[in-house]
Amino acid sequence: MSRTWLISAAAAAALLIGLGGAQAADKKLVVGFSQIGSESGWRAAETKTAKTEAEKRGIDLKISDAQQKQENQIKAVRSFVAQGVDAIFIAPVVATGWDSVLKEAKEAKIPVVLLDRQIETRDPGLYMTAVTSDTVLEGRVAGEWLAKQTGGTCNVVELQGTVGSSPAINRKKGFDEVVAKTPGMKIVRTQSGDFTRAKGKEVMESFIKAENGGKGICAVYAHNDDMAVGAIQAIKEAGLKPGKDILVVSIDGVPDIFKAMAEGEANATVELTPNMAGPAFDALIAFKKDGKAPPKWIQTESALFTPDTAKAEYERRKDAY
Amino acid sequence: MIHRFLPLLVTSAVLVVGFLLCAAQFPAFASLRVVGNLLTDNAFLGITAVGMTFVILSGGIDLSVGAVIGFTTVLLAVLIEQGGWHPVSAFAAALAVAGGFGAAMGAVIHVFQMPPFIVTLAGMFVARGLGFVLSTDSIPINHPLYAELGDLALRFDGGGKLTLPALLMLGVVAAAVVCAHWTRFGANLYALGGNRQSAELMGVPVGRTTVAVYALSGLLAGLAGIVFSLYTGAGYSLAATGVELDTITAVVIGGTQLTGGYGYVIGTFIGLLIQGLIQTYITFDGSLSSWWTKIAIGVLLFVFILLQKGLLAVWTGRGGTPAEA
Repeated sequence: MSRTWLISAAAAAALLIGLGGAQAADKKLVVGFSQIGSESGWRAAETKTAKTEAEKRGIDLKISDAQQKQENQIKAVRSFVAQGVDAIFIAPVVATGWDSVLKEAKEAKIPVVLLDRQIETRDPGLYMTAVTSDTVLEGRVAGEWLAKQTGGTCNVVELQGTVGSSPAINRKKGFDEVVAKTPGMKIVRTQSGDFTRAKGKEVMESFIKAENGGKGICAVYAHNDDMAVGAIQAIKEAGLKPGKDILVVSIDGVPDIFKAMAEGEANATVELTPNMAGPAFDALIAFKKDGKAPPKWIQTESALFTPDTAKAEYERRKDAY
Repeated sequence: MIHRFLPLLVTSAVLVVGFLLCAAQFPAFASLRVVGNLLTDNAFLGITAVGMTFVILSGGIDLSVGAVIGFTTVLLAVLIEQGGWHPVSAFAAALAVAGGFGAAMGAVIHVFQMPPFIVTLAGMFVARGLGFVLSTDSIPINHPLYAELGDLALRFDGGGKLTLPALLMLGVVAAAVVCAHWTRFGANLYALGGNRQSAELMGVPVGRTTVAVYALSGLLAGLAGIVFSLYTGAGYSLAATGVELDTITAVVIGGTQLTGGYGYVIGTFIGLLIQGLIQTYITFDGSLSSWWTKIAIGVLLFVFILLQKGLLAVWTGRGGTPAEA
């Protein structure tokens, strides 16, 4: 009964406003962005950066926050297709379950760009490109900086991310590659700090106790900045100077680590940029202009930051997060 | 007579006016594609909400449905991908497990005279936990039948289509309307929810009806799980969290009384479409925070409960009864 109502309502509405599409006159690109949610500072920064990058390029960006639910993301993508947007960006909450909705987008000839995470799919032709960082490279950059800084001789303790998570596996892998080819460099202890500040501090305390009050440790490598901030606390409480007695290197580039670097308590961080949308917009604009399909994987830069620029970087970032 | 249908009429009016407002703002809204999406995207919710309507009509509540959906998707994925089962036998197994789970909860509620809220809350934890025991990862289902079923749809011009999940939901809603109003089971439900003692005196088989209604709710949650797994082509133990609350909301906005004994299945269906409509509007707009969906639905829910309360006061004031005669 109500379905008939719906359809007659639809017909009535169509009559009311006449034929739709009157708005198609302005040529502005419209992009729908299905974001996972706002669970972390980094995620919020990603959304915020996407907005400013869209403004810069005169793109009309429609953002839908999925509140961590895949069904909401699928609904949002369907709505974007129904709206006839020019492109759809998805930061997928899980890797599976996208095939049918991506097929719909493809049938409507709307290009899809994945941001910051990859998906598992039977048909990679369902999306145009994925913009993500190379997490192995991040580990390698951190390792290379440390090898250079210490002249290749260093006993490292490692704070791993959540066991089994792909960034933890890959950031370890990249760092290990450097250790393997640097004879004087050794990982003396390694344990998971679960990507959290509290666990990072706790594990670092046990490392310091186990290594003769920290005398045997030359540096700590943390898979993310939060654990590094926790470790800094532990080092201070053990009566040592973080950044001098024990070097601190980590990954992510959140504002707090820049603050620590500015205060001389951390030595380096490798940035996981929240600007995933910028490269995606550029690829899209190029695609719309001359139909040139971008490469299947657009890597974001994994830049290394050190204390000399820390203060300026902190000022620049603290509002984005 | 008119006031019996008043909540239903108000709900329908909200839907129609809402749709017209959306269409006036976004021309692309008034398309078969959007209507089709509304039905497809809310199919698993709709199927679950039908079961929830029955449970609430009988004077109970079922908090386990979302967890049963999540569990079913994982069970299907494990059976098909790791156990090598054919999807059809996996569907049958999943429906049997979900229905049996519901029946067991119904039996506990009746035999031990326990509040349904507590029993189904326990059921929710058990089902969600079992899903995680089966697998913590999301497992893609690659069986060719899944792709075929996923593509199955009645297609209309302009990209609109009625997918298999949407058709299943419409079928379930139609069957439920018949079941509620033209069968002995339906009459028993209304009687039980209206007044348990008098239902018993009238000879309504209270125990059997209670077990049957929770079994039905479990079964429909299982079916919703199958639909959800078709929808995403994967099994994931965190799927459909919070769905129990979304469906209860649809039931109440649809004009069914939380205390039982009064309401319509078709109202639930309309309540569901209102929720879907609000969500679609917010995506179309693209600048509002998606949390406005929750705020709008919360306000609607509040208004509808007040409306029910007011109507109830009018009825009792006149010495009438709101129960289905």
